[in-house]
Amino acid sequence: MSAEAAAPKGNGWEPNILAFCCNWCSYAGADLAGVSRFQYPPTVKVLRVMCSSRVEPAFIIKALKDGADGVLVAGCHIGDCHYIDGNRNAEVRINNTKKALAKLGFDKRLRLEWISASEGLRFSEVIRDFTEEIKKLGQNPVKEVKK
Amino acid sequence: MSDSTESKSTDINKDSGEKRVGVFVCECGVNIGGVVNTKAVAEYIGTLPGVKVTSVNKFTCSDSGQADIQNKIKEHNLNRVVVAACSPKTHEPTFRACIEQMGLNQYFLEFVNIRDHCSWIHMWEKEKATEKAKDLIRMGVERAKLLEPLQASEVPVTDKALVVGAGVAGMQAALDLADMGFQVYLVEKEPSIGGRMARFDKVFPTNDCSICILGPKMVEVARNKNIKIMSYSEVKAVDGYVGNFNVKVEHKPRYLDVTKCTGCAKCSEVCPVEVPYDFNEGFGTRKAIYVPFPQAVPLRAVLDKENCISCKACAKACQSGAINYDMQPGFTDLNVGVIIGAVGFKTYDPEPRHDFGYGLYDNVITAMEFERLLNAAGPTGGHVVRPSDCKEPIRVGFVNCVGSRDKATNIYCSGVCCMYTIKNAQLLKEKRPETDHTIMYMDIRTPFRGYEESYNRSRNLGVKFLRGRPSEVKEDPVTKNIKVRVEDTLANEIRNLEFDLLVLATGIVPHEGINQIQQLLKLSKAADGLLMEAHPKLRPVDTTIDGVFLAGVASGPKDIPYAVSQGSACASRATILLKNKKAITEGITAVVNPDVCAGCGVCLPMCPFQAIKMDETPYLNTGIKKANVVKALCKGCGTCVTACPTGALEQSHFKNEQVLAQVKNVFKFQEVVA
Repeated sequence: MSAEAAAPKGNGWEPNILAFCCNWCSYAGADLAGVSRFQYPPTVKVLRVMCSSRVEPAFIIKALKDGADGVLVAGCHIGDCHYIDGNRNAEVRINNTKKALAKLGFDKRLRLEWISASEGLRFSEVIRDFTEEIKKLGQNPVKEVKK
Repeated sequence: MSDSTESKSTDINKDSGEKRVGVFVCECGVNIGGVVNTKAVAEYIGTLPGVKVTSVNKFTCSDSGQADIQNKIKEHNLNRVVVAACSPKTHEPTFRACIEQMGLNQYFLEFVNIRDHCSWIHMWEKEKATEKAKDLIRMGVERAKLLEPLQASEVPVTDKALVVGAGVAGMQAALDLADMGFQVYLVEKEPSIGGRMARFDKVFPTNDCSICILGPKMVEVARNKNIKIMSYSEVKAVDGYVGNFNVKVEHKPRYLDVTKCTGCAKCSEVCPVEVPYDFNEGFGTRKAIYVPFPQAVPLRAVLDKENCISCKACAKACQSGAINYDMQPGFTDLNVGVIIGAVGFKTYDPEPRHDFGYGLYDNVITAMEFERLLNAAGPTGGHVVRPSDCKEPIRVGFVNCVGSRDKATNIYCSGVCCMYTIKNAQLLKEKRPETDHTIMYMDIRTPFRGYEESYNRSRNLGVKFLRGRPSEVKEDPVTKNIKVRVEDTLANEIRNLEFDLLVLATGIVPHEGINQIQQLLKLSKAADGLLMEAHPKLRPVDTTIDGVFLAGVASGPKDIPYAVSQGSACASRATILLKNKKAITEGITAVVNPDVCAGCGVCLPMCPFQAIKMDETPYLNTGIKKANVVKALCKGCGTCVTACPTGALEQSHFKNEQVLAQVKNVFKFQEVVA
């Protein structure tokens, strides 16, 4: 893994994505993808939070600073939030974080998705799609600098 | 009991000193072991600082797997346990209990999902899956080292219940709770209890007379010493939390003294005002002062002030002097331990969209209107007549799925329309065999006992079933008959049919009051606009709010037996709290550090549960009123924590450092540069 991550962009390089998933919808959606055996690339690692609104911009920045090629924040669909409207707060925060990241050209590396507990297929599709997008963007440039 | 108290008292002690982590990797048979090289994973994890022991089990959740954890805790004096296995949704409680038995705080468990999130989805990439499992467990180990002990707290439960909505589901819940000996307040917004079922003529599949079976139940509710009916009343405010809800109920003025009124209806006889009778779906009239319907409970009149012309004829006619034109709304404050929402529904209104000509043509009516026409106590004494000329129709058409299974209105199936249409056709056919019935359907859905038999009975009676949805509905301007063009999709031909009366099987939709109830009880709504249960299969009457339960159509379309079962289910679920007299609240909550809090109040509006209050007095000698989290109300989402500008708020079990420990360890990359 480490060799891969540090390897230059190109053959064999695979993105590293950190996914913050809310406990109630998206984490369960990821579980369902597993139960249904919907295969997706091993580019993503899921970090469980109780609600998408718990994801602090600082967490996202830290992940990108440490070399994550992409960060996904996934929560319940609007109107379905386990905490009534936590996901609306998440939406505002993630959009603001995106704006800030845009100045550094990192905005495309952050994605917000609503994935319900019944959307296992969608979870795998989102991961596949985001992986492809990150592949196009290439490695997180922070890695090059750090080297 | 003494055991658990003892173990709890030692929890905190186990936290002292060095963090000693044990990691237990499960193979889950071949589910994990067949993809992930568990041995290599365990070997790698064993090299991480703080990890004192690793172990690989075929099934960690089995008795022997759990015994292995417990033995290793003892042997290596572990104080943090990482289980890398399936989903925490399945087995987190299992392992929490397992380590708690050994005297560890249950929150010292970190659960890593290497099955659903790894082996099952990377089945053909064994090496990469193994590497990923290592990363995931490393994240877990680092987080585990920072986990802090938490105590789920207990709150006392007031042994009284509030049931909102006195339809058949609410009444059943109230009766069951009352029979178990609990005080129940039954709040109903209409002047009488009974709900929608009181308006039905007969109910499928056995075609019993609806009010004949419901009426006695209504009387039973009224007679029960433990039930206090609050009719013509609405819940206006709900405060508090499980075990301790403070509820404000408004009693709308009936403009008469219910203790004096005898329900004799002398007042109605003299009242000169006539308005469309809502109980009969607008057919026929009622007076401005009226008894809601003959079987009403309580059997008391109500004055409809909007239509009253203040002629005072009723006051003169009333022998008991009950009329009081100056009556004001009254309020009652209740303290209850649990709340059951059985707030019901309304039927889809085809008027705005003029579905199938409804609202344009006189002889297109809804099934509820048909129901009242069929009813012997209805506006026509049980004679089904068509509105245009009050003649009894011969050819009757029924259109199913109006406002259901339709992208333009509601996509869901209302579940009951097939059956009530079948029943309605049967009833009229039995009453007047010369009538001719055609049911135009998309699919006929007849699950549950006796339903298919009822469908067959209709067929045997000669009711025709035509699979197809009308594409055009027109009125003959002279005869006022309804002409329907419909494709018979089984015969593969276009049919042009003429009916004397067309009946629309309108579906179930949320009523206007549902938003208010949703906000008052802080519930969520599902995609169909009705209220959402905690889990669609395993917790069908619970909600995400502890101590709040849902029965009947409020949480999705249901027929009567289903609604009644839910009423009983709610009573049973509520009894667990009421009988135990205590509730366990979530250990994961937001916590304020008053030394850091600046008292800005940013967090207050963020909380969807109004769990944060500002202190009433300044903190120590700072002169600043600090934020305070009411633990029993906090559901532990952490939205306030993210909003807090000073970092005074922390979410226990998901503290910044705990989450960041995982973030930092997602990628080995940083180790390389370090």
